[in-house]
Amino acid sequence: MAARNVTRYVLPRFASVFQRFNATTAPLIMKRRALYRPEHSRLFTTSPKSLEKETASISFLDRDGDKITASVKVGASFLDAAIDNDVELEGACEGTLACSTCHLIFSKEDYEKIKDKPTDEELDMLDLAYGLTDTSRLGCQVIVTKEMDGLVVKVPSGVADARNPS
Amino acid sequence: MYILPRLCSRHLRQVLQKSCSRNLSTSSQNVPHVCIVGSGPAGFYTAQQILKGHPAAKVDILEKLPVPFGLVRFGVAPDHPEVKNVIHTFTNTARNKRCTFLGNVDVGKDVSIEELQGAYTAVVLAYGADDDRTLAIKGEKTDISQHALDALTRSRVRKVYLVGRRGPLQVAFTIKEIREMIKLPNCRPVIHKDDVKDLNKVIEDLPRPRKRLTDLLYRTSMEPSDTDTQLWAQASKEWELRFRLTPAEVIETEGKVTGVKFYINELQGDDLVNKIAKVTSETEDIQCGLVFRSIGYKSIPIDPCLPFDERKGIILNKKGRVENRPGLYCSGWVSTGPVGVILNTMTWGFETGKVILKDIEDGAISSEGKHGNQIIKDKMLSKGKQLVTFSEWDKIDLEEMKRGAEVGKPREKIIQISEMLKVASS
Repeated sequence: MAARNVTRYVLPRFASVFQRFNATTAPLIMKRRALYRPEHSRLFTTSPKSLEKETASISFLDRDGDKITASVKVGASFLDAAIDNDVELEGACEGTLACSTCHLIFSKEDYEKIKDKPTDEELDMLDLAYGLTDTSRLGCQVIVTKEMDGLVVKVPSGVADARNPS
Repeated sequence: MYILPRLCSRHLRQVLQKSCSRNLSTSSQNVPHVCIVGSGPAGFYTAQQILKGHPAAKVDILEKLPVPFGLVRFGVAPDHPEVKNVIHTFTNTARNKRCTFLGNVDVGKDVSIEELQGAYTAVVLAYGADDDRTLAIKGEKTDISQHALDALTRSRVRKVYLVGRRGPLQVAFTIKEIREMIKLPNCRPVIHKDDVKDLNKVIEDLPRPRKRLTDLLYRTSMEPSDTDTQLWAQASKEWELRFRLTPAEVIETEGKVTGVKFYINELQGDDLVNKIAKVTSETEDIQCGLVFRSIGYKSIPIDPCLPFDERKGIILNKKGRVENRPGLYCSGWVSTGPVGVILNTMTWGFETGKVILKDIEDGAISSEGKHGNQIIKDKMLSKGKQLVTFSEWDKIDLEEMKRGAEVGKPREKIIQISEMLKVASS
C-alpha cells in the first residue's frame, strides 16, 4: 500500500529529477554531474566560481497575465528559458526559423538593447505571427545576457482571429 | 540545442502533476474517451491539449493511412527538413500512455461517425483537406501518361510561369517562399515593371507583413542590385510572375499540351488589398508543355450527415463545436478552410482541445457508457482490415530510414499502402 502510494503520488512529483539515462544521454549527464562535484579536499560547499553558470532574472508575462519570474542561465535562448520554467510557449520547429510559435514581445527599451538584430529570415517568420508589434522577436533567436537581469517579456495572447491567418 | 528533451519533459511534468492532484476524485468508470479523426498537426495538437488538461482522459487518434502526421509527412518539400521537426512533439504525444494511434482506419467506410459517437465522449474531426480544388476548364483532365510525365520531368524544365488571377497586392505566397525563389541559384526572377511600378506609392499604408512582401516584389523588379543583375543575366533558368489571368482552356495539339488560354482580368473593389477579379473578353495564350494546378485544397464531408459548406469546403461549426451535433467537434483546416501555417493549426488545435475540456467539466458531454476503441477493433477484425499501431509505424519508419541509408538519403519513403502494411505486420 505504502509502496503504491510512493509510486503513484510521491515519485511523479520528482519526475524532472529522474533524467533518462541511456547510451545517448549518459555522456552528457555524467559530464554535467562532474562539473558540480566538489573536490574532496574542500571544506566549503560552494563550487569554484569558474564552474558556476551566470544567471539573470527574467520575468515572463504569460497569456493569462500572470508573471513568472525565473533565474535563467546566461547563454540560453528565451525559448529555452520559457520551456524550463513552465511558461506556455511552444517551439514547433525547434528553433530552426521555420515557424513563429515562440513569438515574444519586448519593451521598446529592451528590444533596442538586444545585440543581435533580427535577420531577414527571422522577420519573415515574425510576419506570420499573431499580434505582431514593432518590438516582437522570436524567442529561439534571442539569447539571455547578464545585462538583461530584471527584464520582463510578454507572451502574446496568440488567439486573435484563428480563422484569418493573414 | 536541447529543446526536444526539454519540451518532452516539460509536458511529462505537467501531465504527471495534474494526475497527482486529481487522481483521487476521478472514478475509473467515467473516464472521458476522446476520438480524433486525422493524425496531422490539427489532430495531434488537439490531443496534446486534452492529455495535458485532464489527468485521466484517454485519446485515440484514427488515421486513414497506415502512417501518421498527414501533410507534415507528405506535404513538405524535401529541401525543408526543419519544417518536419514538429514530428518530434507529435511522436511524444503518441507515446503518452493515454494516447493510442490507430492507423489504416477509414472513418466513413470502416466505421461511421455515429458509431464513434456511441463509443466516445467526444469525437473530433481533424482530417484536413484531402481533395484538390479544380479549375473546371476544358482540357484540365488531359490524362498524361506516366512515361510521358517521366520524360518531361527528365527533360529539365527551364522556364516556369507562375500565374495568378489577381495582382501583386493579392499574392497568397509568403515572403519566405518568394525570397527563396529570388535567391535560387542559376535562376532569373522575372517580375514585370508594369505590374509593380506604382506599388511604392501605397506601400506605407500596408500592414507590416504585406508591406515587406510587396516591397520585396517592387525592389526585385525595379531596383535590383548590380550583383543580382549580373547573376541573373548568366542564369540558364527563369521564372516569371504573371498577374490578372484566369485560365480558360488547356490547349492541346496532337494529344499533347502546348499552352493555356487565359482571360485577362480587371480588378474591382475600393479596398487596396481586397479586390475581386472580373473576367473580361480579352484573352492571352501562354505556350507551355506542362501545366500544374496549385489553387488550393478542398475538404470533403466524409459522412453525408455532416453539416457542410460546399462553397468554403468546411464543416459548419462554432468555435470547433459542430453545429447541432453535441459531442462532435472539428479542428484544423476542415473547420477553417485550407489556409494557415503550423502556428494557426496549433492555435486552433489548442482552442478546440480547451473547448472539449470545458464541455467535459461542465457536464455538457457525458462519458457514461463510453468505452472507446473496442468498436473500432471489432469492426476492423470483421472486415479483415489490418490495424496499424504506433509501434508498427515505428517499424515502417525504421525501414524507410534503412532504405534511405542504402542510397545516401535520410529516408526512402514507402508510397504504396500495401507495402506499408506489409512492413507493419512483418
